[in-house]
Amino acid sequence: MKFEAHHKPYVFGALSGVLLTLSVAIAGQFFGTSTTFPRAASGLVQLLGVDMSQIEFYTVGNGSNTLASFPNWQLLFVIGIGVGAFISAKLSGTFQVEKLPPMWVHRFGDSTRTRVLFSLVGGSLAMIGARMAGGCPSGHGVSGVSQLGLSSLLALAMFFVGGIVTARVLYKGGAA
Amino acid sequence: MTLIFGLITGTLFGVFLQQAEAIRFERQVGAMRLVDMTIVKYMLTTIVVGSIGIYLLRDLGMVEFAPRALSLGLQVVGGLLFGIGWAIIGYCPGTSIGALGEGRVGVIWPILGMLLGGIIFAFLYPAVQTYIAPIGAFGRLSVADVLGVSHWVVIGFLAVAAVALFRFFEKKGL
Repeated sequence: MKFEAHHKPYVFGALSGVLLTLSVAIAGQFFGTSTTFPRAASGLVQLLGVDMSQIEFYTVGNGSNTLASFPNWQLLFVIGIGVGAFISAKLSGTFQVEKLPPMWVHRFGDSTRTRVLFSLVGGSLAMIGARMAGGCPSGHGVSGVSQLGLSSLLALAMFFVGGIVTARVLYKGGAA
Repeated sequence: MTLIFGLITGTLFGVFLQQAEAIRFERQVGAMRLVDMTIVKYMLTTIVVGSIGIYLLRDLGMVEFAPRALSLGLQVVGGLLFGIGWAIIGYCPGTSIGALGEGRVGVIWPILGMLLGGIIFAFLYPAVQTYIAPIGAFGRLSVADVLGVSHWVVIGFLAVAAVALFRFFEKKGL
């Protein structure tokens, strides 16, 4: 396949749209990833020996938010994303072990401690927000907006509003 | 069989995301800094093609679906919180796993942060359900329902708007 680099997001975006359609037609599954995180996290908590099984979040929907729901379609879908990205990166020679993103280092320096601190706070906010909103850029953004859902359109807009304002604060004055 | 479909679909999605470079920190934060619209191009194209596909399936009577329920409280508060966290970590849940796959091992910290957020949310859940979910709860509405038009009108508009936006991005070199 030969096409110019700037066509890539369109070409692979279109292929992803076809993939979503096929997934819905064949397996009856829309894309989504974020619920897998609280499910996996409930397993980590169990490993630490903390019993949270009576907490409402873990009892609703017959434990659909817990490790008990594994393995399911979404878990395999999430694992698949990692596998697919690995294969694609290896085959195209773009696999690269990188400890910190260059844009981050340019703005915040190469301290791992700073990145860990920001990541724990930012990651928590992102996941709390995604579960509260009922989805992330794949569940709400791609699947939900494809269904023309008003909730998903609103959520996607809010993702970008929150993201753009925060990026402005974080990277203000930093070079692109 | 469901599991195998999940793995195959995820693997293909991972390949597409990686090829489009949509899983890169620089692309995600670049979009939020309004300097690189790669992920917006990718996402909007997926949405336009996906919406045509799934509504075609529905019109043919092959599938049924209803959009996720609308709650202004949940989507506004949750959406903004997600956006703030997204800009800080530079990855979303799906792309973080993809980034790990292409060797960006530093993504392990954001992934740990998101797992931590999953636990914190479990404790917040009752309060969220009681106080935030009822704010502006309107049920499973689609844009077409609200406007009282055919879904094809909305999809057509979406496609035209997307193309106009893409032309603008390309002209500006974004």
